[in-house]
Parts: sequence; structure tokens; C-alpha cells
Amino acid sequence: MSHKIKRGVSLYSFQEELFLGQMTVDDCFAFAASIGATGVEILPEQNMPGFPNISDADVAWWKDTAAKHEVELTCYDMFLDTKVRKDRLMTDEEQVASIVRDLTLCNRLGIPNMRILVFVRPDILEKCVPYAEDLGVHMGVEVHAPWHMEHAWILRTVEVADRLGTKNLGLLPDMGIFNKHYPPVWRDRFVRQGARPEVAQFIVQQHEEKIMAEYTIYEVAVKMGGNKAEVAMAEMLRHTPYSNPKRLKDFTPYFHHIQAKFYEMDEDAADPSIAYDEAIPALIEAGWEGYLSSEYEGNRWIQDVQAVDSREQVRRQHLMFERLLGQAEGAN
Amino acid sequence: MFDKYLIVEDSLRNLPGGEGFAFEARLGYYRGLGLSMIEELAVTLDGEEIDRAAVRFHDGADALTLDEMETAYDRRWEFGARAVISVAHPGGLDAGEHKLDLREKLRVSYLPFPSFCSDSKMLTVG
Repeated sequence: MSHKIKRGVSLYSFQEELFLGQMTVDDCFAFAASIGATGVEILPEQNMPGFPNISDADVAWWKDTAAKHEVELTCYDMFLDTKVRKDRLMTDEEQVASIVRDLTLCNRLGIPNMRILVFVRPDILEKCVPYAEDLGVHMGVEVHAPWHMEHAWILRTVEVADRLGTKNLGLLPDMGIFNKHYPPVWRDRFVRQGARPEVAQFIVQQHEEKIMAEYTIYEVAVKMGGNKAEVAMAEMLRHTPYSNPKRLKDFTPYFHHIQAKFYEMDEDAADPSIAYDEAIPALIEAGWEGYLSSEYEGNRWIQDVQAVDSREQVRRQHLMFERLLGQAEGAN
Repeated sequence: MFDKYLIVEDSLRNLPGGEGFAFEARLGYYRGLGLSMIEELAVTLDGEEIDRAAVRFHDGADALTLDEMETAYDRRWEFGARAVISVAHPGGLDAGEHKLDLREKLRVSYLPFPSFCSDSKMLTVG
């Protein structure tokens, strides 16, 4: 079966090296191009010093850098500081103004997709729709674990988009919602922090059996007398849902970009926890078009014992993408 | 996510005139953040908690107390950027090794609870 899925990379993936000054943004673009990625997702509040005061020269630099490496800018990750003041929340009008500020910069950069943080209220987004339509930006609410495609909060955005009949509001799935197996790098970190191996194995096994997180947390915290690391490891189950990849097809009209979250790729270029081998065929079967944008989030789990090599991890994920996309083509 | 990198290695030094000491630090977050959302930069020296009022934040512009940071709506601590944290500590530090702890408390809007990050390092004053 042919497909229209493209391979991209988010600058989020290189947060370790960018934070420590070991890579520049230009290095990230060059690396993305070197593994055959054709799109780069950016986080202006991470990658653009001086935000939100971004000059035309800055905008030109980003466009030129993308052009130089023959990639396109795929997605703009926005933030919303509703708690910018300690004494009160932002008013609705202030929230809309902040989002419009981001939509405007997104438009100046020529980026078609904006990742909306999942906590942003659907009624606030409704007020932003006319601006997004004028500026030609799709606002995709990030479907991030522990939310999932059919969570009632997510369906509120779908309801608003349907009611308005707009093409500029929808979703943006983060593949962390398909966490089929407890991530080995999480388990190993908790063991280093004092979790007993047998308790860690119990938690991993509970997740294998898809037992509700609260049951396991109670077992570990109360019945097993779990220590701090063990309880923390069990509590992470609240954030590791394995939702049904088959549901993706019901929502394809609502999303144009995917954050391809991962915590670790093994030496055989396989993901030991997230079910890409189910999600990618589901996307192909649905005829979905857009970018799988690598989002490596493993650094925080391994940096206490080993050097982080985000490039190698992203390279392996793209080998997996190529394999799964190719297999699907071969099946035609 | 960046806890172990908060305190910059080899950055501890005495301030001129025996007024206190200073070190460099980074923000433990994957993006820059407005200074008004940094609720606490808690410093502990050799096991002794430093009074909040003794701490100043320096990013190249005017130095700020932690209370002043809370209303610094137009300034940000950029991602990965080093800032200087100074501490009024009469007499300064004795030469040799000191244990320095830093705990940052951030008000991250999308989290229902405050975000804490912390680092502890042995640093040497020459």
C-alpha cells in the first residue's frame, strides 16, 4: 500500500546537546537532513533567544537555514503561561492574545502547524479560530498521555472544530499514548534509585497485563511496603496508557502532524515500549498524510549513568520508520 | 530533566570585599521561562539554608532579588543560559571544598503542581 507519510525531527529531540551547547540549531538541521528527514519542528521558546521579540532578520535566518538544508519547517510548539502572574490567572482575553501572538509568529515563519498544549481550554481555542483561519495555521491540540484520542477532554476540541466547520482547529497526537510496554530505561532508572528488582519486575508485568494503574500503585505502596523509588515507578503507570492504535483512523481528518515520542531505541532499531509497529500501519491504512516528527525524550532517564547520544537515537528511530513504511508498501 | 546540570562546575567564587559568594546556574527546564514564574532559587551551603533575602539573580541586566523576580514580567531566563546567583554572606567562603545545593521552584502553567529541580555539587573556592 502506498502512503503519504513523511519523516521529520523535532528540535526537542536534541534538548540535551542544545542545553549544554554541544550542538547548535544549525547542527540539528544538518543532522536531520543527513538521515533523510525532510521536516523540522521547532520550539521557539527553546530555540529563539529573545522570544517573543523576534525580528524579521531572525525569521529570515530560520527560513534560510531550513532552505540551506533542504528541509521544511513543519510545526511550531507553542506554550501558554496562564500563571505568568503569581496573584491571578491570565484572563481569557490575555490567553487569546498570547495565542494570537504565537499564531502570528508561526505565520511569519511560514509554518502550517501549531502544537497546542493539551491544557488549553477548548473555548479559548474557539476564540482563536478566526485568527488561525486568517493566518493559515492549523491548531492541533496535543493528544499527550495520559489523555488519548477518545478522552472526553480531547473530544471537546473535536466538537468545537465540527461545530465551527473549521479546518484550522484539530488534534496533534503524541505517540506516547501507545505505550504498550513499560519503558526499560524508566525501569532501570528507578532500580538505580533504589527500587528492588523484583518489585520493578512486578510493575513491568502488571503493565504487560494492562492492569489499571491504581491497582498496581496500591499493591506496591501498601501491600508490598514500597519504597520511594518503587512507588514513583508504579505511579508512572498513570502516564503510560496503551490506547488502541486502530482508533487513529477515526480522527485522521483532525490531525496533520504527529509527535513521534520515544524514550529509547535499541541496537536493532526497535522501540521496546511504544507500539509503532501497530500505529504506523494504522496510519497508512487510513491514508493519513503528514509528518512523523521524532521526539526523543530519553535523555532524562539515562544521563545519570551514561552520555546521551540523541543523534544516534533519532537515527535508529528513522531506520524503524523506513522499515515500517517500507513493509507497508511491500504489502500492496 | 536537567537537574545534574543546574550548578555550573568550577563556577564558585568569593565576591570582592568579603561580601559573599557567587556561582553560575542554569534553569532546569526544556525552554526559557519568564522570571516571574521562578518562585524560588533556594541555596544551601555546607548544609546551611541561605536566607531568601540574601540571594540575587544576575543575567546581565539589573540584578534582582527573588521578590523582584516575581514581577519581572518582561525578562526571561533563556534555555541553557548561564546566570550568576550571588549570595550575601559576610566574610565570604574559606578556601577549599564546599557543598552547594540549589533547588529551583518553577510555576509551569500546564502542571497542576509546582515544578522542582535540584542539584548538589562539591565545588572548590581557590
